[in-house]
Amino acid sequence: MKGTNLGEFEELVLLTIAALINDAYSVAVCDELKKHTGRDAKLGVVHAVLNRLEEKGLVQSSLGEATSTRGGKRKRFYVINNTGKAALLNAKEIRDGLWNIIPDFVINPSL
Amino acid sequence: MKRPIDPNPPAHQPPRWAQQFLRWYCRPELLEDLQGDLNEYFERNLLTKGAAKARWIYSLDVLKFARSYTLRPPNPTPYFLQNIMIGSYLKTSGRSLVRNKLFSVINIIGLSIGLSVGLLVIALIHDLLSYDRFHQKRDRIYRITTTQQSSQGAPEQLASTSAKLGTICQQQVAGIDDVVLLRRGTTGDVQVGQTRLPLNSLWANGSFFNIFTFPLSEGNEATALTEPNSIVLTQKAAHKLFGDVDALNQTVRMDSTDFRVTGVMKDIPFFSHLQFEALTSYITLTRNPAINQALGTWKNVSDTYVYLLLPATGDVRKLQVSLDKISESENARLKQTRITTHLQPLMSIFLGQDLHNEIGHSVPSSVLWVIIGLAMAAILSACFNYTNLSIARSLRRSREVGVRKVLGAVRGQVVLQFVVEAVLIALLALVVSVGLFLGLRTAFLALGPSFAVLDLSPVVIISFMVLAILVGVLSGLLPAVSLARINPLQVLKNAPALSLFRHVNLRKALIFLQYTFSLCFIVSTVIIYTQYDFFISKQLGFTTEHIVNIPLQGNPGDRVKKEIAQLPEVNGISQSQMVTGLGTSLGTYVKYVDPQDSTFANINGIDEQYVPLHGYQLVAGRNVLSKPGSDNSGEILVNQQLLKRFNLGTGNLQQVLGTRLTADGETYQIVGVLKDFHYGSLYQKIEPTLFRYAPQDATYLNVRLQTTDWPATFARLQATWHSLDRVHPLIANLYQDEIQQVYQPLSIMSKVIGSLAFLTIFIASLGLFGMVVFTAETRLKEVSVRKVLGASEFSLVYLLSKGFLGLLLSAAALALPLTYWLFDQIILSQIAYHAPISVFDLVGCLVFFMGLALLIIGSRTIGVARSNPAQVLKAE
Repeated sequence: MKGTNLGEFEELVLLTIAALINDAYSVAVCDELKKHTGRDAKLGVVHAVLNRLEEKGLVQSSLGEATSTRGGKRKRFYVINNTGKAALLNAKEIRDGLWNIIPDFVINPSL
Repeated sequence: MKRPIDPNPPAHQPPRWAQQFLRWYCRPELLEDLQGDLNEYFERNLLTKGAAKARWIYSLDVLKFARSYTLRPPNPTPYFLQNIMIGSYLKTSGRSLVRNKLFSVINIIGLSIGLSVGLLVIALIHDLLSYDRFHQKRDRIYRITTTQQSSQGAPEQLASTSAKLGTICQQQVAGIDDVVLLRRGTTGDVQVGQTRLPLNSLWANGSFFNIFTFPLSEGNEATALTEPNSIVLTQKAAHKLFGDVDALNQTVRMDSTDFRVTGVMKDIPFFSHLQFEALTSYITLTRNPAINQALGTWKNVSDTYVYLLLPATGDVRKLQVSLDKISESENARLKQTRITTHLQPLMSIFLGQDLHNEIGHSVPSSVLWVIIGLAMAAILSACFNYTNLSIARSLRRSREVGVRKVLGAVRGQVVLQFVVEAVLIALLALVVSVGLFLGLRTAFLALGPSFAVLDLSPVVIISFMVLAILVGVLSGLLPAVSLARINPLQVLKNAPALSLFRHVNLRKALIFLQYTFSLCFIVSTVIIYTQYDFFISKQLGFTTEHIVNIPLQGNPGDRVKKEIAQLPEVNGISQSQMVTGLGTSLGTYVKYVDPQDSTFANINGIDEQYVPLHGYQLVAGRNVLSKPGSDNSGEILVNQQLLKRFNLGTGNLQQVLGTRLTADGETYQIVGVLKDFHYGSLYQKIEPTLFRYAPQDATYLNVRLQTTDWPATFARLQATWHSLDRVHPLIANLYQDEIQQVYQPLSIMSKVIGSLAFLTIFIASLGLFGMVVFTAETRLKEVSVRKVLGASEFSLVYLLSKGFLGLLLSAAALALPLTYWLFDQIILSQIAYHAPISVFDLVGCLVFFMGLALLIIGSRTIGVARSNPAQVLKAE
C-alpha cells in the first residue's frame, strides 16, 4: 500500500507543506499543524513523516541559507511536487466521492 | 563536521553530551537539519520554560530522534582505524623523541624500570599458575583440609586430615568417584644389595594413578599399589638405585621390610605440588596392627592427606554437607578438640590458603597479591612520570596539534596520535626492560625461591607485550586527551595558551603519589630490616655461639658423640631430640594431678650436658643427671610458663622440685626449673616447655667448637663422620646460621622491597628532575626579570623549589604515619616478640629523601638562578 495511499497524518503534513508554499520546514510545519488542528505535533513525528514523504517522492527538499538562529544550522525546506499534488487531489476526490453518497440525515440528523 | 567557533557563545547551551550523542548516531546527511531544529526548539524553550527545562527537553528529543531512518549504518571498520594515519604518527613521534632527547631518555628509562618489575611479576605469576596443570582430571580433584580447634588457643588449619575420614570416604560417602590416601613415608634409607640411599617416599593407595596424572613408564597403573609391600619408583630414583638395570620386579629393603618394585613412573614435573621419589603401597601400613590402630583414630589429623576425585557432575556443596555430618558424629566422642573438614580444589592447593603441615611447596595467595600490589606501585610510578612530563611538555606540542586540527583532524585522531606515541615509547622501553628483567631474574632467583624458574614462554612474552601496550595507553591517555582539547584558534593566534596549565593540580597529585609510594617502600625496608636484625641478634635465653648442630641421620648418638668428642677442637658436646629457637617443635599433653586438665607443652629430649653447653639458666633445682641404666628417663626440667599454667611454685620455687607430672602415659619428676627461653621462633609466644632426660631419643648432636680455622675443623668433622656413616653426607650447621635461616624470609622481603624502593625512588627522581628542568626552562624569563629587579639568588632558588618541597613534605606527612601505622598495628602486632619501630629510623628516611630531592631540585634551579639575565632577556 505504501507509496500509493496517504496516511491521515501524512495527508495533513502534505497539505501543510502545500499551504506554506516556500516556507515549509520542519518547525514551521509543526507550528502550522498545531495552529490548524490544535494537536500537539511532535517534532520527531513530523520529521519522520517529512522524511517518509520525500522517500515516497511526494515532496522535494533543499537546504536553505545559513542564519544566525538555530546555532548557525541551515533549514531544510520542503516543496510539494506534481506527484504530491496528484496524491492530495486523489485523496480529496475519494473523500468527496464518499461524501456525495452519504445521505444528509446520516451525518446531520438534526436536518 | 566541525562546529564553527563562536566568539561570543550564548550563555546557555544545550547539554554537550546530547549534542555529541546526536552527532555520533545521526546520518550525516540528516544531521544539520536535525541539529538546527533542535536548536530552534531549544532557543524557544529557553525563553518560555527556562534553561534547565530547555536542556532537559533537548536531551529527551535527542533520544527520541534515534529512529531507524536517522541512525548511521554501522561501519564495518572500527572507528579508531577509520582515519588512522599511522605512518604520520610514527614519523612525528620519532621526531619528537629525537628533538627532546632528555625527556625521551627520562621517559624510556623510567618506563623500562617499571616494566621490568612488571615482567618479573608476570613471569612469577605464570609460574605460580602453572602448578598442577598437568593433571588431566584437575578440575575434579579436591583435597580434604582440616581445622582443628582445641579448647584453648587459636584454631589451626591443616593441609592434612584424619586417615579415618579417608577410609570413611572410600566406603560410605556418596558423590565421590575415587579416594587416594597419602602419608609421608619414613625418612629411612632404601637398601639395594649393598648400596643404601636416602629416598623421599610417600605411602599411597591404589587409586593414586587413577586420580593423578603421573604416567608409568613400566608396570600396570591399576595394580601397582594394590598389593602390600609394593613400591613405585620415579625414573630418577630407579636409576639411582639400580643404574641401568631394569628396576621392575626388583626388591628393595626399607626398615627391614622388603618391597617389590611394581612400577617405574616418569619423573615428576617441576610444577607439581607433590614431590617424591617413590610411592609405597598404603595397604602395607594397614597390615601393621599398631599403625592401623593409629590410622583409625579420628583425632590423628597430622599425617594423612586425602584427595578425592569427584564425578564430572559432582556437587561440592552436597559433599561438604556429608563431610560435616561425619565430623559432627566423630567429634561427639572428643572432649577438648573440635575437628572440621573442608574441600580444597586441587588448583588452589599450591596457590591458595596458608595451611600448616603442607605436603609440599605452597605459596599463600596473599603473598601473590602483595607482590602484585608492589609491582603495580612501581609501574604506576613510571606511568605517572610519563603522564607528568607529557602534560608539562604539551605546551610545546600545542602548535602541532593546532595545525593538525586546522587541517581537519578530529579529536579522536589527535588522542590516537598521542596514545600511539606513548605506546611506541612503552614498546621501546620494553626492549630495554627485557634486558633489565634478565638481570632482575638472576637476582631474584638468587634469593632462593625454589618454586619458580621464571622461564620465557610464548604466553609470558605475549603478556609482556600486552603489559607494555597497556602501560603505554595508561600513561599516554591523559596527556592525549588534554592535548586533543586544544582550541586551534587560540594556540595559533597567540603563543602559549594558558589554559594548558589547568592540569597543574593533576601533575602535583601524580608527583605526590609517586613520592608517597617511594617513601612507604623505603620506610618498610628499614623497618623490616630492623626486625630481621633484632631477630637474629636477640638473646634467646641460651647461647648459640660456636655451637654446631649435627643431625644424627639414624646413627646411634652415643657412638658418634664418643668419636666426635675426641677431636681436639671440640670443647663441649651434647645430644638433643630437636633444636630449639628455630620455630620447629615437638609437643605433648602434660597433666598434673587433675586427670581432666591437660595442657599442651613443647618438649625436647636432652642429655646431661645439654643445659650447661647451651647456658640455660636454672632458677631452681639442678640439671638432669646422667644415670646409666634403664630407669633414667624420669627426670624433667620445666620452664616458668609450665609452672604458671599449673599454678605451681607461686610461693617458693623450691617446693616445686619433686613434683610429678604425667605425659604420654609416663610419670616424670621435676628436678629443675628453667628460666623462660625462646623454644620456638620469635613469632610465637613462650609456651609451657619441658626438657626430659632422654639421650636414647636424640636425633642431633650439639657440638661446641673452639677453633679459628673453621674449614680445617669441618674437614676433620667430616672425616670422623665418614668413618662412622658412609651413606649420608655430614650435615653440620652453625647454630647462628640456622637461626638466620629461620628469619631468611624477612631478609628476602627486605631485599625485595628494598630493591623496589630503590627503583621507585629512581623513577620518582627522574620524574622530579624532568619537572624541575621544565619549570626552570619555562620560568627562565621570569627569573631574569626578577633578578634585574634585584632578587637575590637564594630567593630565586627558593621561589623555584618551594612548590616541589611542599609537595614532598606533604607526601612524607602521608607516607610516614601510614607506614608506621601499618606496621605497628597490623604487621608487627602479629609477631610475639618484635623490635619497636624507631622514630629515629623514620626521620633518617625522611632526611635521606629530602636530601636527595634537594639535590635534584638544586641541580637545575641554582643554574637558572645564576643565569645572566642580560643574555636571557636579550633574545626578546
